[in-house]
Order: sequence, then C-alpha cells, then structure tokens
Amino acid sequence: MFAFTEDEIVRYSRHILLPEVGGVGQQKLKEARVLIVGAGGLGSPAAFYLAAAGIGTIGIVDDDVVDLSNLQRQILHRTQDVGTPKVESARRALEDLNPGVKVVPYRFRLDAGNVMDLIREYDVIVDGVDNFATRYLLNDACVMAGKPLVDAGILRWDGLVMTIRPGEGPCYRCVFPEPPPPGAIPSCQEAGIIGAIAGIMGTIQALETVKLILGVGETLTGRLLVVDALEGRFRQVTARRDPGCPVCGENPTITQLVEYDLACDIRGNGAGDRTAAAGGAAN
Amino acid sequence: MDISVNGSQRAVAAGQTVAGLLAELEMNPDVVNVQLNGEIVPRSRFGEVSLKDGDQVEILMFMGGGAR
Repeated sequence: MFAFTEDEIVRYSRHILLPEVGGVGQQKLKEARVLIVGAGGLGSPAAFYLAAAGIGTIGIVDDDVVDLSNLQRQILHRTQDVGTPKVESARRALEDLNPGVKVVPYRFRLDAGNVMDLIREYDVIVDGVDNFATRYLLNDACVMAGKPLVDAGILRWDGLVMTIRPGEGPCYRCVFPEPPPPGAIPSCQEAGIIGAIAGIMGTIQALETVKLILGVGETLTGRLLVVDALEGRFRQVTARRDPGCPVCGENPTITQLVEYDLACDIRGNGAGDRTAAAGGAAN
Repeated sequence: MDISVNGSQRAVAAGQTVAGLLAELEMNPDVVNVQLNGEIVPRSRFGEVSLKDGDQVEILMFMGGGAR
C-alpha cells in the first residue's frame, strides 16, 4: 500500500506506531521537501531530526565554510570538516544518518534575486539565518509565495521560535515591524551563544516542520515561544496578525523584495550586560 | 502600581513610561520589541506611552542568530 522497504518500516517503526503519523504520515514525510536556510547552530539540529524523520528531500542553503569556532554548537560539522563548505559537511552528516534522504546543497547566500525561485521548490522553509537582513527577506518572500516558514532566533542564553503560516497568522513583520537600527546590533563574535540553546530551538523547528507536513497538532502560529535557558523558563507570548503589516496586511506596501543593510558584522554597542545588548547574530 | 513584565509582577511608579521601564531594566530600547496588553508599541512612542496599573508588558529581544 505504501512504497516502503522492509528496512524503512523498521527505521520509522516508532513513528508509524503513533496514531498521528502512521503509514500515511510517514509517506507524507517521505514526499515532503524542506528547505533549511543556514547550516549552523539552528540548522544543525533541525536538519538532523528532519533527516532522521525521513523527510524525502532536504535543501540546505549556506555560503560559509566550517570554522573551528562553529563546532561548539553546530553539530552537523566535525573537526576534520574545518575549512570545507558547510553544505558539503551537512550533506555528508545527513546522508550518513539516513541514506534514504536526498540532500540538496546550495552554496550561496540567499538574496532578493534567488530567494523566490528557491523557496518555490519546497513545502516548508526553516529559518536558521545569522542576520536580520536575510531574516526579513525570507519572511517577505515566504509571505509572497504563501510558504510556511518556521523562524527561530538565538542569542546568548535566549531563544525565540514561531511558525509563520501566511494568511493564517502573524508574519515576522507583524511581530517585529521595525528592524533594530544597524548601530545597535552587536557583532556576531561579540554576542556569544550557549551551544545547547541552539539545539533546543533548532529541534523545536524540526518538530514544527513535522507537524506542518503531517497536518497535526497546534503549531506555534500566533504565539511565540520564548526560552530563557539561564533561568530555565519557557514563556509563550501571543502575537496577532497586524492588518497594517507592510507585507501581509490588507494594503501591503512591500510588494517587491527589499534587502536591508543590516549585516551582522556592523560594530555596535559592544558587549554590555546580557539584557542591554541584544540582537545581531550568534555567529 | 503593579504591572506584569514578561509574566512577572513588578512595582513601578505611577505614570511610568515604556522608555522609563526599559531604563529601569537597563534594556537598550533599540534592541527590543515591546507589547503592551498585546499591542505592539512603536519604538518612536516608547517615551510617550505611560503604563497603567495592571498592564501586561512583554519585552522581546531581537534574536538574529542561528547560522554562523
């Protein structure tokens, strides 16, 4: 009835046992195409769990090469991968875990010129980017293309995750209408990040993606999950769709993709205490 | 008066503004997003929006990290 081999039935048996998955759901996962933008702190755990879950096709976008300082949290990559493109290291790791998954590497940076063609090929987009310019760009593109986007951000000991389903709830701009001013953003290297918060948030992104594909449960749409790992707290913040949103509102003013000049390497207000100097990227 | 900040009760002076609250918390207004009773307060209005007893304030930090 389903196109599964005996090995696949064994591999996915703990999924298939779940009434919310079953053979039908596992087949949906096999047919699904997920694009992960960023093979870093968030993209690593997200990609591992999605590959393990049997997502048929996983696209990974990243233009970077593996650096020794990545290995504290970017678990796709190994010590011997330092200096190799992240997308290649990611492909090796994911195919080792599950040879049944097709991994498509895209070694470039997402921009206004390539984003639409790329996301059109996928069912769900996972945002693990390192800068606000790409984050806003990806949000706008997904809203315009009607693609679900599982967004997460991490900083120091904190994380935030939300699932954007265009037309059904708020988009990133509804919640964060104004990008932080460039001068306020600390540089990637200055902010710091605790490794395991990337694991928590990226894993929640994988979970949201699986739920979207299966069409089960309640996604984090219209509510943000905010994690303070230092205090050990998970908090939920309700967010509404903004009818005046410039991209998903009733009279959108952003109808073409724009790129902000908000590169994460802009030198900002430096270290400061952990509440004062937020933003930027976790590098 | 008492307000709720990120789910925790906090006493603030009557008439305290959003900007004043952020200063008390030593938070840089440029790098946060503030919701007052579920509505987003534009950053340009932090200095003029006053808080009332029982208000619920959610302060979200911008978190851009993920890849590198």
